[in-house]
Amino acid sequence: MTPSRVAFAAILGKDLRSELRTLQSLPAMALFAITTFVIFRFGLDRTHLSGSLAAGVLWATLLFAAVLGINRLFVAEREEGGFDAIRLAPIDRSVLFTAKVTALLVYLLALELIAVPVFALFFLDSPAALGPLVSVLLLADFGLAATGTLISSMAVNSRARDLLVPLVLLPLVVPLMIAATGATEPLMAVGGPGYHRFGTWLMVLGLYDLIFALVGYAVFDFLLED
Amino acid sequence: MGNNQPPEEHDRGAPALRLAGLRRDYGERTALDGVGLELGARESLVVLGPNGAGKTTLLRILATLLRPSGGEAIVLGCSLPREAWKLRGRIGYLGHEPLLYRDLSGRENLRFQARLHGIKGEAAEARIDELLLAAGMQRRADERVAELSAGMRQRLAICRCVLHTPQLLLLDEPDSNLDAEGRELAHGLIGPGDHARVIVTHDPERYLPEADQVLELGVHERAAVA
Repeated sequence: MTPSRVAFAAILGKDLRSELRTLQSLPAMALFAITTFVIFRFGLDRTHLSGSLAAGVLWATLLFAAVLGINRLFVAEREEGGFDAIRLAPIDRSVLFTAKVTALLVYLLALELIAVPVFALFFLDSPAALGPLVSVLLLADFGLAATGTLISSMAVNSRARDLLVPLVLLPLVVPLMIAATGATEPLMAVGGPGYHRFGTWLMVLGLYDLIFALVGYAVFDFLLED
Repeated sequence: MGNNQPPEEHDRGAPALRLAGLRRDYGERTALDGVGLELGARESLVVLGPNGAGKTTLLRILATLLRPSGGEAIVLGCSLPREAWKLRGRIGYLGHEPLLYRDLSGRENLRFQARLHGIKGEAAEARIDELLLAAGMQRRADERVAELSAGMRQRLAICRCVLHTPQLLLLDEPDSNLDAEGRELAHGLIGPGDHARVIVTHDPERYLPEADQVLELGVHERAAVA
């Protein structure tokens, strides 16, 4: 068997190289997020947001932008025979899951590097919330990457892939979004960041991440079977 | 698995294939029924039959990409599907699709495959250079696969198929899209050698002279020693 770290690096490197070369996912995700912030800004007719509304706008936008990347995560494997090539190689198939989770995590972090400063520019009075927000983003991104990878691998063989991913994914990430907005809300309170139940929500996010990472790791092998 | 040190070295005197009553159903439809034969370690089996006779299905079962619905299939000493994991990395599969990523160059695709098969560093580069030269692809190796003709993709697919020096080659119409020069070069890579071969073809005149056995799929499966 090829060592898992070698196979992981090969698959992740291939995905990132392809994305850098074609820019098929990231620009679309970033453009979607920025456009949505513009729509919220004029739709709500507000120049600043705080509390639950700010958290809701941020996370709803990031989630729907993430769906664009999740939809395309396994397209090359499906359309260019990557699944067969990987199934023929002497590797632990769960490596494909961990590499794809990591690739999606990289896309989400890159998206947020662009989208969160734009959000702060449009809606926040002060950038003070952005520091502690990083921990929420990291935990929520990991959960979204694990769940998104799992759902994307299940939906990719369907002709209705673009429809299936949001239909199956969105209900599954409701707990994640509740915890993410719960943790974000006090950070964006009027008068500066607060930390009411912040730690509790972070623990909920961590638990969600753990559950879906384990479920994905455990079932992914079966999803690759014919 | 490394290029030179396969962990599951097959006894070269033992049969490469032993099939008995092999069957595959797709729902109500039986694609393959009652296939039985034994193929030696360096022998070639030519599979003939009309479209829809189950030739590709047979190849995909032997490649561990499909599960048999019934019967017995022992490939390189491994019983399918139970011991399919032991076979990976010991089979070279050339299907209808080249199993190459369109946004990567030919060389990058082969490097990716080499890493999945545990062939590293200079050994990988030397093997890739050797194959590209043998396939007449060294000058176009750094172009994206999307920009290559179908014949050139087939040459790269043949390089991918034999990259890890497999013990069993499963070749589905290996001459597809190849010109006369390409066929000649390909023969140097996938011709008779230190491996067993199963060749699906619609061109019996080309491959029957090399066949040790012929399997005719269609109205009723029939195996014959050539």
